[in-house]
Amino acid sequence: MKILVPVRRVPNPDIKVRLKSDGSGVDTEGVNFLVNPFDEYAIEEAVQIVEKGGGEVVLVSIGTADCEETLRAGLALGALRGWLVETDEVLDSAAIADVLAAVFKEESPDLVITGKQSVDTDNNQAAQMLAAKLDLPQACFAFKVELGDGKATVEREIDGGLDVKEISLPAIITADLRLNQPRYAALPQIMKAKRKEVKKVSLGDLGVEAKSATKILGLAQPPARAAGQIVGSVEELVDKLVNDAKVL
Amino acid sequence: MDFGLTDIQKMVRDTARKFATDQVAPLAAQMDKEAKFEMDLVRQMGELGFMGVAYPEEYGGAGMDYQCYAIIVEELSAACASTGVVVSAHSSLCCDPIYKFGTEDQKKKYLPPLLSGEMLGCLGLTEPGAGSDAANQKTTAVLDGDEWVLNGSKIFITNGGPAGVSVVIAVTEKGAGSRGLSAFIVPTDSPGFRVGKEEHKLGIRASSTAELLFEDCRIPKANLLGKEGDGFKIALTTLDGGRIGIAAQALGIAQGALNAAVAYSKERMQFGKPLAAFQAIQWKLAECATDIDAARLLTYRAAWMKDAGMRFGTQSAMAKLFAAETCMKATREAIQVFGGYGYVDEYPVERFYRDAKITEIYEGTSEVQKIVISRSLTSD
Repeated sequence: MKILVPVRRVPNPDIKVRLKSDGSGVDTEGVNFLVNPFDEYAIEEAVQIVEKGGGEVVLVSIGTADCEETLRAGLALGALRGWLVETDEVLDSAAIADVLAAVFKEESPDLVITGKQSVDTDNNQAAQMLAAKLDLPQACFAFKVELGDGKATVEREIDGGLDVKEISLPAIITADLRLNQPRYAALPQIMKAKRKEVKKVSLGDLGVEAKSATKILGLAQPPARAAGQIVGSVEELVDKLVNDAKVL
Repeated sequence: MDFGLTDIQKMVRDTARKFATDQVAPLAAQMDKEAKFEMDLVRQMGELGFMGVAYPEEYGGAGMDYQCYAIIVEELSAACASTGVVVSAHSSLCCDPIYKFGTEDQKKKYLPPLLSGEMLGCLGLTEPGAGSDAANQKTTAVLDGDEWVLNGSKIFITNGGPAGVSVVIAVTEKGAGSRGLSAFIVPTDSPGFRVGKEEHKLGIRASSTAELLFEDCRIPKANLLGKEGDGFKIALTTLDGGRIGIAAQALGIAQGALNAAVAYSKERMQFGKPLAAFQAIQWKLAECATDIDAARLLTYRAAWMKDAGMRFGTQSAMAKLFAAETCMKATREAIQVFGGYGYVDEYPVERFYRDAKITEIYEGTSEVQKIVISRSLTSD
């Protein structure tokens, strides 16, 4: 089975985000970049499937040349090879789905698994859009995946409970946190990752235009939170909710 | 000149930091309290390649450089100094001399189980009467047919309790001083070998520090490491590399203490402001961060020189001397930032403070480092 895993390069989610002084984007100076944590669950799931049943895991990352570092980190987790679609443009979810659809057509994988969202913009859209563009079934927020003959049974977390879907392959699955426990990159795997194939292509090579339909006009820090108040009694709380906040 | 890490070194740092944060840090306080190492960590670190970082793949190593090794010891120590020294003593003090001075047969026999973490290694050098005066050895080795017979004892041996293999320095020619010493590879299941008492320590309490006893301990003739009379040279060369490991450990402890102090200074409110808003605290943090950065540059440079095949003994002594002093200062100031909360075991900084002191003592005291450094200045 061939599994395609789109991975995204994201700033370390544990750092405090600073904006560029002109508000045009996030200031990434001195920031450590990582593989999008949700994508690590996707890689782990794909690698486990291949370890059990054979096949190969192919990664794809879209972005600047620095994304090669992200791909190498993913290859150190057990993927076999990768695609780097190089572009300096910031693509929106729909444009990313266009690019992924083009790579999908080149690779013809049996399955696409990716993180349920990337922790930089948290759009949670590209995988669903990819499924629509390719007219393939999708199962998002998976916490359990079982493969059968030409199909997958996916247990997924939804608001208010669980949902089980059976989908025919090829299909698009997105990974949630409880899907598995991603492994650490062992040092011999890191050494091997250095030698694995990363195919570098441009948008033009893939024949995609990847025009973003949305444009980021500016970013701003959220307003500072006002200090909270400590109330002395339930009566006082109710009074404040009714008369000051006017929410009751 | 390039001060950045390579892509591989960055990946190594990320994986070591993640492992240290997720798997080691949650165990550190308990292992310290019970003075007991969780041996499953050695198994896990073996699987990740941490027990054989800087040795070729043909012997089961990860085939990386000494800088990667220093980064791993640093990251582990930032979570748990005992874990840092278990890896450092194992690698620098046992795997290193076997790799550097061993015959092909010795390397093929002893390195694979050591580098995979299946066995821990240690170095038996220090004796009751031979500390800084390391040449003053009393343990003897006498050739009897096809076997060397060892008698004597070693003390303060890091990893001594659980080790499967020990590199042991012993006298083979009495009265010849440092030229009468030889090095041996001693499997700890050899007849006549046993582990004596385990020390109760101020810090690095989870790591084993034990006495090794040799009572007509017999090992094969083939277990001589290097040539007869090479023992002192092997010991000193080994310690040159070991000091990079201890510098990295000291650096990690210092960074761990600073990280804790920075986080606490932003949370803890006094006089209506976070501690970090007070200049008295800012200056402490700034000074420690600067010293830690300097210690890191010294440590990485020494490792880089070792990787490049240059002579690095003076630089590793400088790195260890400065990193150990920095470690003492950073852990002391971290407790000061925490105030009373830093003095109790609710937070890790009291442990870091206790762990720090040994870095000024083992693998050459700070005074010995100064002898090494000054000799390079004044000897002709």
